[in-house]
Amino acid sequence: MDKVDPQTLLKKGAEASLFLKSWHGRKVIVKTRFPKRYRPTELDAKIRSYRTAHEPQLMHEAKRAGVPTPTIFLVDTKNAAITMEFVEGKQLKQVLPHIPRKEQQELCAEIGVLIGKMHRSGVVHGDLTTSNMILTEEGKIFLVDFGLGEKNREVEARGVDLHLMKRALQSTHYQFAEDCFKHVLKGYASVLGEDAEKVFEKIREIERRGRYVDERKQAN
Amino acid sequence: MKPDEQCCLGVESTADDFGVGIATFKGDILANASSGYVPEEGGIHPREAARHHAEAADKVLAEALSTAGVKTKDLKLIAFAQGPGLGPCLRTGATVARALASYLDIPLVGVNHSVAHIEIGRLQTGAVDPVTLYVSGGNTLVSAFDAARYRIFGETLDIALGNCLDVFAREAGLKHKKGMPLGAALERLAADGEKLVSLPYVVKGMDISLSGLLTAATTLLHKDEYRLEDLSYSLQEHAFAMVTEVTERALAHTEKHEVLLTGGVAANKRLQEMLRSVAEEHDTKFNVVPRQFATDNGAMIAWTGVLAYTHGLATPVKESFVKLRWRLDKVDVPWIK
Ligand SMILES: Nc1ncnc2c1ncn2[C@@H]1O[C@H](COP(=O)(O)OP(=O)(O)O)[C@@H](O)[C@H]1O
Ligand SMILES: [Mg+2]
Repeated sequence: MDKVDPQTLLKKGAEASLFLKSWHGRKVIVKTRFPKRYRPTELDAKIRSYRTAHEPQLMHEAKRAGVPTPTIFLVDTKNAAITMEFVEGKQLKQVLPHIPRKEQQELCAEIGVLIGKMHRSGVVHGDLTTSNMILTEEGKIFLVDFGLGEKNREVEARGVDLHLMKRALQSTHYQFAEDCFKHVLKGYASVLGEDAEKVFEKIREIERRGRYVDERKQAN
Repeated sequence: MKPDEQCCLGVESTADDFGVGIATFKGDILANASSGYVPEEGGIHPREAARHHAEAADKVLAEALSTAGVKTKDLKLIAFAQGPGLGPCLRTGATVARALASYLDIPLVGVNHSVAHIEIGRLQTGAVDPVTLYVSGGNTLVSAFDAARYRIFGETLDIALGNCLDVFAREAGLKHKKGMPLGAALERLAADGEKLVSLPYVVKGMDISLSGLLTAATTLLHKDEYRLEDLSYSLQEHAFAMVTEVTERALAHTEKHEVLLTGGVAANKRLQEMLRSVAEEHDTKFNVVPRQFATDNGAMIAWTGVLAYTHGLATPVKESFVKLRWRLDKVDVPWIK
């Protein structure tokens, strides 16, 4: 009898498909970015190979800074495929709504700490959402999906990163977004100290940039 | 119009167009008149645009009423775009609407311009619960309904898509003419593009940034190394791929089954093609607002006014001040369950 294909599709996201496979006796994830028909082939190829090459580098940098990320085993830029450690756990998005407020706050503060460490190491994530965070049995939070990230130490990039986190909370967890984000910032400040204040000011500036606020009080 | 059918007149004046539309409470659009302000040069000058609106108001109103075959005494409701938009322009429209409502002694309702773009798209295409990409001169956002409101999943971090295209077109010496907006002129040029020039492509989560793209394209334009057609094509391909990518992300995230493209830039055929492709890939239905309702228009305000009013909303004159930065996700939409 033929062996069945030893890989199972774990997730089909917007950008990539994730397959669960066995590789030298361990469970791994193969993340493959498939071509997008809507954009010209050359642009598409460029984007996919760029992100495939960058994602592992950034994950590695973040890991060195003390942020849990999957270990990378293989990178195939030609086929836009990354083989990495399979992290057993649940998406934070699924966990957050079902736990007591106190635990939410603690998890969010921990997320803030991780973002702080990552920023301090010069990495911005580019897609901070609760889908891109995996909570393990032991209570560790892993960050994944660094394809839109970059090496960037500027306050602007950090502000955008946190702004994305805030908006992701607002659109997905609007019932408790405010409180959660407050605790993310608290954790962040505990790592970055005085530098955090500059980033917070930047978030406010990004939100003031026109499209992000309801009517400002008319100053007379 | 059938005798005693109830009608709403809507006034749009958030930016460079002054529009008056008339909708029945059942959702028939009876008229959609407008007058566009065409700047002598450069972008919109809010005060000049507002002056244009004030001067055009009588004529546009009369045209809408006569097209609809409606007498002012038949109107049951006045709606106006209360925001977001340019202050002087918004105030001109609001003044017209307040005057009509108090003269006719009928209720007034302020509606959100962004909500109206979504609602006219839903009305015209039959989309029920879509992921909406709303792209215009002043707005670029991806939204979907969840729990009482249209939530914002992504938007531009700097300039709007329509603005990006218009500024480039102006730099390239294209002129805004009546009936031929800058974006349409650029679309024509881009259709003859052959070579894709590499430009910045910036997606952050479900947000995008277009200012780096615009700067790079404009710089190359002045270097004169590339054909204008190729640059126009490349600018469009990059910018449209960015908004399409974030729409796809929102689609995967929300797991909705419809896509709606609305706003002024929705008229662009290439953008439609990209979004249709993404919708098909996800087995979802693609909808695009018809051209006459794509740009800012009074009909969308009238129809959204009907929805709001029939669900218990009205705006007393003393609360009818304009809201320059009234965000989409701050508005309750009780007509959606
Ligand atoms: N190494 C991993 N181990 C376990 N689950 C993972 C791993 N990487 C990603 N995932 C899961 O798959 C989902 C999609 O992966 P992600 O890298 O975020 O791709 P996409 O770009 O499609 O969002 C994540 O939200 C996460 O739940
Ligand atoms: Mg992801």
